[in-house]
Amino acid sequence: MRWRRRDTARARLPRGEGPWAWLSAGSVALSLLLLALLLGLLLSRGLGHFWPGDVALVTLEDGRQLAGRAVREEPLPDGSGRERLYRTGNRDLDGAIWDWVALAAIHEVSYPRELLVLERRRWGEFIGRLVALEPEAGPRLEGEAAWSALEARLVALEARREAIRRLREQTIRPLVRRLEREGESAEVTRALAAAEARIGALRASLGGASLVLESVSGQHSIEPLEEVVRARRPNAMSNLDKLAAWGQGVWRFLSEGQRAANTAGGVWPAIFGTVLMVMLMSLLVTPFGVLAAVYLNEVAHQGRLTRLVRIGVRNLAGVPSIVYGVFGLGVFVYGIGGHLDSWFFEASLPSPTFGTGGLLWASLTLALLTLPVVIVATEEGLARIPHRQREGALALGATRLEMLTRVVLPMAMPAMLTGVILAVARAAGEVAPLMLVGVAKLAPQVPVDGDFPFLHLERKFMHLGYHIFDAAFHGGDVQAALPLIYATALLLVLVILMLNLTAIFLRHHLRSRHGTLSSY
Amino acid sequence: MPVMREARPARGAFIDFEPEATSLEIRGFGLRYGDKPALNDLTLRVPRHRVTAFIGPSGCGKSTLLRALNRLHDLNEEVVQQGEIRLEGRDIHAPEVAVAELRRRVGMVFQAPNPFPMSIYDNVAFGLRLQGGLSKRRRDDIVEWALRSAALWDEVKDRLRASAWSLSGGQQQRLVIARTLAVGPEVLLLDEPASALDPISTLKVEELIRNLKASLTLVLVTHNMQQAARVSDYTAFLHNGELVEYAPTDTLFTNPRLARTENYITGRMA
Ligand SMILES: Nc1ncnc2c1ncn2[C@@H]1O[C@H](COP(=O)(O)OP(=O)(O)OP(=O)(O)O)[C@@H](O)[C@H]1O
Ligand SMILES: [Mg+2]
Repeated sequence: MRWRRRDTARARLPRGEGPWAWLSAGSVALSLLLLALLLGLLLSRGLGHFWPGDVALVTLEDGRQLAGRAVREEPLPDGSGRERLYRTGNRDLDGAIWDWVALAAIHEVSYPRELLVLERRRWGEFIGRLVALEPEAGPRLEGEAAWSALEARLVALEARREAIRRLREQTIRPLVRRLEREGESAEVTRALAAAEARIGALRASLGGASLVLESVSGQHSIEPLEEVVRARRPNAMSNLDKLAAWGQGVWRFLSEGQRAANTAGGVWPAIFGTVLMVMLMSLLVTPFGVLAAVYLNEVAHQGRLTRLVRIGVRNLAGVPSIVYGVFGLGVFVYGIGGHLDSWFFEASLPSPTFGTGGLLWASLTLALLTLPVVIVATEEGLARIPHRQREGALALGATRLEMLTRVVLPMAMPAMLTGVILAVARAAGEVAPLMLVGVAKLAPQVPVDGDFPFLHLERKFMHLGYHIFDAAFHGGDVQAALPLIYATALLLVLVILMLNLTAIFLRHHLRSRHGTLSSY
Repeated sequence: MPVMREARPARGAFIDFEPEATSLEIRGFGLRYGDKPALNDLTLRVPRHRVTAFIGPSGCGKSTLLRALNRLHDLNEEVVQQGEIRLEGRDIHAPEVAVAELRRRVGMVFQAPNPFPMSIYDNVAFGLRLQGGLSKRRRDDIVEWALRSAALWDEVKDRLRASAWSLSGGQQQRLVIARTLAVGPEVLLLDEPASALDPISTLKVEELIRNLKASLTLVLVTHNMQQAARVSDYTAFLHNGELVEYAPTDTLFTNPRLARTENYITGRMA
């Protein structure tokens, strides 16, 4: 026999009488629509950025040519038609990377396969044609031969860069630290010199090859190969190639550090900083919040004072976050941090160790900020536990402490996790207080590494939210940073979602072990 | 042997027991919730290894009295008590009595089943673990014995690790009884243990009560006259916080001395 579901036809209409049902259903629909819109915007703008779109060669009526990617269209100010924005790159040649073109002035648009897009370490993108590749020695290569040589060289170049990076991190850095710790010693100095020499050799082998480039408007330039990060010919790529390039782009965005004053490159240090800070915050806030809630709900005499404290706690949840930032700066950073410095880190004064913003103080500040949320959620959970469960434990000879630890707290665990979920959601999105207590525009060193004590609580850290703010308001070219801002915002949403899902999963796991509270 | 005695003919009719047959002795016991009196000058003795039923209209103080017997009122700051309750001759409020110990000796089963959100096994072992000092083997034995005593073993022996909340209401109530039995009480207080159960589960619980009285003193609060008649040996009728009539169950139901009692058991009094 098949199980039949309840007739769903009726469930499709809002239940209830009159306009109220429709009104409430409508507002739900509206909120969902707005949320979907938000996510849609972030997804399309953020992820679209990594797609190596076709490069158009535009010939204008006056014969001028330009090459670039179409970004968007707008009506002309005088209403006589529309104009289109092209991202043309070539900041070194044109002085700008954007070009507005009136649609009426366009004679022809084509997509020649040989158009080249170079990503460079300085000056951003180059869009144009590859004329020749001039090796250090030997004859210069032209045309298709130059392109295949360029591709091969870039692969080799990447391998060498990786080797240099590894040498720096795994050999030189530990040696330098040893030097700092133990003072000069012949052995270390020798090892250091050897490593430096190897880096020098690798550098030299990067070579003096250079590219002869020509923009579509006919300007020539010479680009040292060393400066080139990537080279593509998007118009010659199949969709599959583009997908692969898109995947690489997304991966680099997630795994690399940033370049060009936060307007390019990846956001790995910021992801890491955000997640680490939120996790530290949860670790700090949970025990305090739970203990406070247990005291308020289970231990304290339920008199006027307790009620007053409870009201106070609830109201603290509404204090603007920047106020907590100010408190964190005054009390944690300058107060406690300053004293810690003068007691334990006198050697390095006047440069502060804990007396300046850092991971620990930021986590503590946010823990304070989210404390009310955890207390309130836990208290509600404790209050919801039926009296009969408590009495059941007592009637079996449990003391109050045993009742608390063996029955009440385990039962309140989902509520505590709800509190932590809310705290995480609030903390991960907070930026304002962090600016006062330890977030950094650029902190390429993540606060966790192989050096003792592995977790560096005093270090500054990067944060996705602050990264967005910084890229949007302090970068030179907001237009250029915009796609990255969208991508970072999307990432921030995803990171928060991930953190929340982890906690929700945990809660679900706890709940499903014993079913939900039976109703009687 | 019980002795019929007209203690206060003007107000009620009472039965009394020789001290050596008494498990719980309540003497001049009164209780107020703040300013609100709930029990007033109660005096009665509960016989050992018998089932004593407390009946009376809703709000007359049956649960209040039951909870006083294992000092569950201690948590409520509002409650004011007077008089004496003795268990095996010792005052349960005496300073040298440990509450936890008292509650182990006087177990309580509540109206609605209240298993903890743990496995069936852990529920039954809860009280044992609190005392500690038992080998796992011994604990397993006691858990099995308790579940058998509560006539639940056959239904759950294959799923001791399953959540207690996955049991039916009737099974949950028997589980709670098993949990209480596992700590080895002398007295078992049952506050309307079958009120949330279906007729078959109710019969099982009643059967259980009858079997348990070989080893335990049972006090049963019930609204169900037939149930009181079926399982109890003695019945006390309370009204407005006072003991009205206390007699062997047969006598009370077939030949009540007071009109008030008769009105209640025949359903003429709300
Ligand atoms: N915690 C409490 N605080 C204040 N008053 C209470 C409390 N518990 C019970 N009472 C009052 O004490 C009186 C006796 O209550 P009790 O629960 O003992 O009645 P009952 O005989 O068990 O009734 P029922 O048969 O409905 O369970 C009632 O008037 C009730 O309102
Ligand atoms: Mg009651």
